[in-house]
Amino acid sequence: MANIAMEPAAARFRPGTSDTEIEAAALRSIKRRKQVVLFWQIAILVIALGLWEISSQLNWIDPFFYASPSLVVDRLYDWAVNGTTEGSLWYNLGITMEEALIGFFTGSIAGVVVGIGLGRNRMLSDIFSVYIKAINSIPRVVLAPIFIMIMGLGLASKVALAFIMVFFVVFANAFQGVREADRDMIANARILGASDWQVTRTVIVPSAMSWIFASLHVSFGFAIIGAIVGEFVGARFGIGQLISIAKGTFDAAGMFAAIVLVMIVTLVAEYIMTLVENRLAKWRPQQSLDTH
Amino acid sequence: MPMDQGRSPAIELINVTRRFVSPTGKTLTALRDFNMTVERGEFVAVVGPTGCGKSTTLNLVTGLARPSAGEVRLMGGPVSGIDPRVGFAFQKDALFPWKNVIDNVMAGPLFRGKSKADAERMAKDWLARVGLSKFLHHYPHQLSGGMRKRVALAQTFINEPEILLMDEPFSALDVQTRTVMHEELLKLWAERQASVVFVTHDLEEAVALADKVYVLTAGPATVKSVYKVELPRPRVVSEIRYDQQFIDYCKTIWEDLRQEVETSYRRASEAA
Ligand SMILES: Nc1ncnc2c1ncn2[C@@H]1O[C@H](COP(=O)(O)OP(=O)(O)O)[C@@H](O)[C@H]1O
Ligand SMILES: [Mg+2]
Repeated sequence: MANIAMEPAAARFRPGTSDTEIEAAALRSIKRRKQVVLFWQIAILVIALGLWEISSQLNWIDPFFYASPSLVVDRLYDWAVNGTTEGSLWYNLGITMEEALIGFFTGSIAGVVVGIGLGRNRMLSDIFSVYIKAINSIPRVVLAPIFIMIMGLGLASKVALAFIMVFFVVFANAFQGVREADRDMIANARILGASDWQVTRTVIVPSAMSWIFASLHVSFGFAIIGAIVGEFVGARFGIGQLISIAKGTFDAAGMFAAIVLVMIVTLVAEYIMTLVENRLAKWRPQQSLDTH
Repeated sequence: MPMDQGRSPAIELINVTRRFVSPTGKTLTALRDFNMTVERGEFVAVVGPTGCGKSTTLNLVTGLARPSAGEVRLMGGPVSGIDPRVGFAFQKDALFPWKNVIDNVMAGPLFRGKSKADAERMAKDWLARVGLSKFLHHYPHQLSGGMRKRVALAQTFINEPEILLMDEPFSALDVQTRTVMHEELLKLWAERQASVVFVTHDLEEAVALADKVYVLTAGPATVKSVYKVELPRPRVVSEIRYDQQFIDYCKTIWEDLRQEVETSYRRASEAA
């Protein structure tokens, strides 16, 4: 594999080489670089899964505890076709998604509104900062038993947990985003004639947007964690409940299968979020297509 | 009001003092007993060492900040809040990076309640005047520094300010672009006859543009001296630097300014 260098050497051209030739060479090198990256990404996945499968087949690791990729795939297929012990897989997945999505949207909206509100108002933020710090210092998952005690085994307790996990991340970022808004830009808007509300809408919110979006990427994962941990502690349906049952029956393949599901869902959400963000942030400088 | 509005100066700062109090209770006096008068249609330049209080002075005129003592008057009336007759040009870019060129220029009229169609018509007109008709839908990051400055000028001028405050607006530009911008500014000013306060640390820029040059002392700023620059108008900024009269003005004022710059340097190095 000596021919696959990690960093392709920059090509040198003899004087007199035409621009189109240089351009074509640059494009080729960009394409080659992409292929190399993709190759290694796939190679590492194949090697890791292959090692797992072989170790399990040859009993280097105990398949009872570690399962194997083929067992996990079998389980996923079985769940998809025949359903789980708790009913259809899609129903369980739907329940978890519902909890996570409601928690994610309400938590983000509340986080953005409160973050911008407090960010714009020194007095309020000075008063509330101590409480926010105190609540923020609680590891959120320990709230799960309390929520389930108060709100029962149904939807509400999981949504509450997802909400609280999302809220603080988004809030902190929105607040910081407001504080980072350029003072000259705010002064400019005010002198041009903007009212307080117009300043918030046309300067503060757009400039806080990159901070808010960064937090949304992370916080969808948090919403899923909230929903699953909630189900884990007490629920009738959901992916967390599937994991919990699998744990109870020492069903390693079942646990890994549930983890794979969560991973896929989170990656898809991440991808959609990146698409939305790119649409909204078309004003930002494009990253140059440099080969280095 | 019984006062003759027609003849009252555009800007008056009367015995103004401005103190900053830090959260720990320390005070810093940025301006002390500051007096300045800008007549209507007059172009005033303000020079002084860095950190002496030039930006603070402009903030008092915009109404973004209030004097700790003394009085600021615009067109004969007291300043209360941000005055709609004031326009401001910033040192660094204060354009909104998420708005394209025409939306940036339309911002002022829209904030002030003009209809979208009117705002768009005015914005196109101003962008044509600064030579950017081909770039209406570009974003600021796609433009050169000089083009961004032109957008900023259009954004400021579209509100037709009677009082124009400029805080080292061209200091980030290269020398050639800066000279071009000087010419454009003087042209726009001559058309509009606004009253201008132009802050700079570049003495030649001050003399080339202004009717009057205020020299400030090292902080806390007071007015050290005022020079009338009686170079004929219209001025050709790219050639004025070879004019003997211009050179004489620069030499005289520099003698005066140098002491303050040296004081300011000495203090900075003592503090370090
Ligand atoms: N908001 C503020 N709070 C505290 N000190 C300030 C503030 N703005 C300016 N100053 C101080 O006032 C002095 C004058 O500042 P400034 O007017 O910006 O100077 P210049 O524009 O002449 O460089 C400086 O010492 C600066 O540190
Ligand atoms: Mg300044």
